[in-house]
Amino acid sequence: MLGWEFPPFISGGLGTACYGLTRAMDQLGMEVMFVLPKMVESEYATHVKLLTPDSRTSASFVKFNELKNVKFHAISSPLQPYSTPDTYQQRIEETLRHKQEILGGSISSASQLFISKDYSSDMYTEVHRYAAMAAELAENQQFDIVHAHDWMTYPAGIAVSAISRRPLVVHVHSTEFDRSGEHVNQMIYDIEREGMHRADKVITVSHFTRNIIIGRYGVSGDKVEVVYNGVERSGKWSSDETVIDKDEKIVLFLGRITMQKGPEYFLHAAKKVLELMDNVKFVMAGSGDLMHRAIEMAAELGIGHKVLFTGFLRGEDVQKIYKMADLYVMPSVSEPFGIAPLEALDNDVPVIISKQSGVSEVLVHALKVDFWDVDEIANKVIAVLKYPPLQMTLRSHGNFEVRRLRWKDAAARCGKIYEEMLVPV
Amino acid sequence: MPSVCFYFQVHQPLRLRHYTVFDKNDQYFDDNKNRSICRKVANKCYLPTNRLLLEMIRRFDGRFKIAYSVTGLLLEQLERYSPEVMSTFDALAETGCVEFLAETYYHSLSFLYSRNEFAEQINKHVEAIDYFFGQKPKIFRNTELIYNNDLAGLIESMGCFDAIITEGADHILGYRSPNFVYQPKGCNHLKLLLKNYSLSDDIAFRFSNRDWPQWPLTADKFARWVSNVNGNGNVVNLFMDYETFGEHQWEDTGIFDFMRHLPEEVLRHPDNDFKTPSEVIQSYGSADTVDVPHIISWADTERDLSAWLGNAMQSSAIHELYRIEKKIKNTKDEKIIGDWRKLQTSDHFYYMCTKYFADGDVHKYFNPYDSPYDSYINFMNVLDHLHKRCSGEMDEGAFCPAPGKGPPELLSGPASGIQNLPDLQPVE
Repeated sequence: MLGWEFPPFISGGLGTACYGLTRAMDQLGMEVMFVLPKMVESEYATHVKLLTPDSRTSASFVKFNELKNVKFHAISSPLQPYSTPDTYQQRIEETLRHKQEILGGSISSASQLFISKDYSSDMYTEVHRYAAMAAELAENQQFDIVHAHDWMTYPAGIAVSAISRRPLVVHVHSTEFDRSGEHVNQMIYDIEREGMHRADKVITVSHFTRNIIIGRYGVSGDKVEVVYNGVERSGKWSSDETVIDKDEKIVLFLGRITMQKGPEYFLHAAKKVLELMDNVKFVMAGSGDLMHRAIEMAAELGIGHKVLFTGFLRGEDVQKIYKMADLYVMPSVSEPFGIAPLEALDNDVPVIISKQSGVSEVLVHALKVDFWDVDEIANKVIAVLKYPPLQMTLRSHGNFEVRRLRWKDAAARCGKIYEEMLVPV
Repeated sequence: MPSVCFYFQVHQPLRLRHYTVFDKNDQYFDDNKNRSICRKVANKCYLPTNRLLLEMIRRFDGRFKIAYSVTGLLLEQLERYSPEVMSTFDALAETGCVEFLAETYYHSLSFLYSRNEFAEQINKHVEAIDYFFGQKPKIFRNTELIYNNDLAGLIESMGCFDAIITEGADHILGYRSPNFVYQPKGCNHLKLLLKNYSLSDDIAFRFSNRDWPQWPLTADKFARWVSNVNGNGNVVNLFMDYETFGEHQWEDTGIFDFMRHLPEEVLRHPDNDFKTPSEVIQSYGSADTVDVPHIISWADTERDLSAWLGNAMQSSAIHELYRIEKKIKNTKDEKIIGDWRKLQTSDHFYYMCTKYFADGDVHKYFNPYDSPYDSYINFMNVLDHLHKRCSGEMDEGAFCPAPGKGPPELLSGPASGIQNLPDLQPVE
């Protein structure tokens, strides 16, 4: 299995998904060898073994306490799924032109642009270096299937599959159209397209994404399968905690603050809500290339004092923010799946989700909106805050519903797809 | 000698339009949607079925009889959108073989929340039936066949009804059969007619089900089942939604052919006949007393109220609705009172049901909303606005009709003249 992030070094849903999937596969007795561009040493990796091709002799085998079937290979590389400010700050000049296109020239100076959105050109080199190393590593390993997660691992997948003559599965967690709208990066699109076409099977996380794969990438429908993500139950019960009796309601946005996640719709809806209600705060938890712009926008809308930005949250902080929230809103413009709403429900927070998301295919007990319909988002936010029975019903049914979405089922679905591929036709 | 007693429930709610918290006018109902649904159902069900049954009544020269309960809300809509249906009902009424029953004008759950409102709505419905069909209903049926001993006592005390209709639920009957006339516990003269749910549902629900071992159901087969009651019952009460014909069971299932042949097949056996509910209670004495301390209904397998009041949203919505009754009535504004009453229709609460939501069954089929949550939000937004109207705390820019200037509501009080029925005038 070729991936590129794994908890706790995650910046989005991909790492969470890879963790959940491999863990469930492990529990089902499937042997997984996980190749990563980055070293993982943490409590999360207890069920996997780490290896890097660079340091075959000194490969860091993390002891696995509970689980045995997943091996971990890490290739040292700065490769990361969603570029972070510090890593690629030096590339600002290159990306500035692109940014101005997206933001309609609202950014005037390079100094303001401290977060880079685009994958730098250097990252393509990284993608191919990763591919070369993974291929080299594959020569000495035994496996039946090559399973690559998202575009950065597709070249590696193609290479490993060719060397080993094993069938290739590419797993699409998101596409360039989700991340960039119509401003697609041609290079990434080409890599994605090649991966999908060279693959023997394409797995998508929703029918929403399956349609994009068929419609935008010209992949034949019969080789595209849908495997929904699951959610890792936190298993933490907060019954003994004192309920915070706060005067203010909290509406939460949690995710990368990028075009894909629709932060501006969240803010416009917030503005509408605040026209009718006063005791509400809107929390935007996450970072991303539009964060600066979002802060400005909140101020322009005159609701700056009602919108809090927390930056990127991890682990316990995420739990904490869920505990405080009365409602979670995901106004994504294009969301292949969206694990976060499931986590919110798991934490007893009712959710409003965009209809333009994969998760809306699997959730019944959620409020659904078109991301652009800020009136309707505001209407629903107000209803949830105003009517406790609504919040209660959403929460209890939603929490129950989430328990049925298990990684085990996703892993079993993958297993079945593998089996079908391995049967000689 | 079993008598077959058909009673058809005929009802369509007034569906709300999409109403957000930002809306500030008092146009709550979706006229377009209500019109198109009314016309669609009229064409698929009401018109063809009325014509068919009229033909049957004429062919059998008074030996084929049926009963209807048509809600006031539907009468208003038919007048507006499908007057031709009204004339076929009128023709049916004139045959003398058709009985019209009484219920709450607004198909409401008011019995559970306001006895005053309940009685007012029944009176309003009785007057409407008298006005349209020249009959004073003698039989009462409550919304969704909701029933208990209290209801029977209340109806008896109103003094104008001979019998009440409800579900022949197993748990109230025990070993007894629904095929007799019964008496409610605590009543002196009021009779009870119980639905034979097994034979009723064979037509209403199972008719087109190919997995059912008895499929296809033919008229002669069904007539045989009816005749089997001979010796073990006086009456077979077949109570169902009228929309069974052509709407729930589509025409191509053969439901109309089934009904076309049923009278003939039932009457083939010399001991069988058709009776209206009033004729049934005149012909047969009560076999026993039935005690129903807890509320029953004809819904789902539970036969209880959970389809309307099963979750927190439903119960909060309905409590809020009846909580403001006094305020509403104190306004003496017919438009406000009328809107409030239209919100009482049980369908609004049915749409909020989460019970089978995930399974996509019958609840979803009749639901104009994408989810029960959307229906609750919409309903509460409307109710909130209505509440503001009667408190006079209108936001600026809102349409605020002067009290008393609104059009008088149909039959809203005993004094209101039948001739002033603006609600019933066709708008197009």
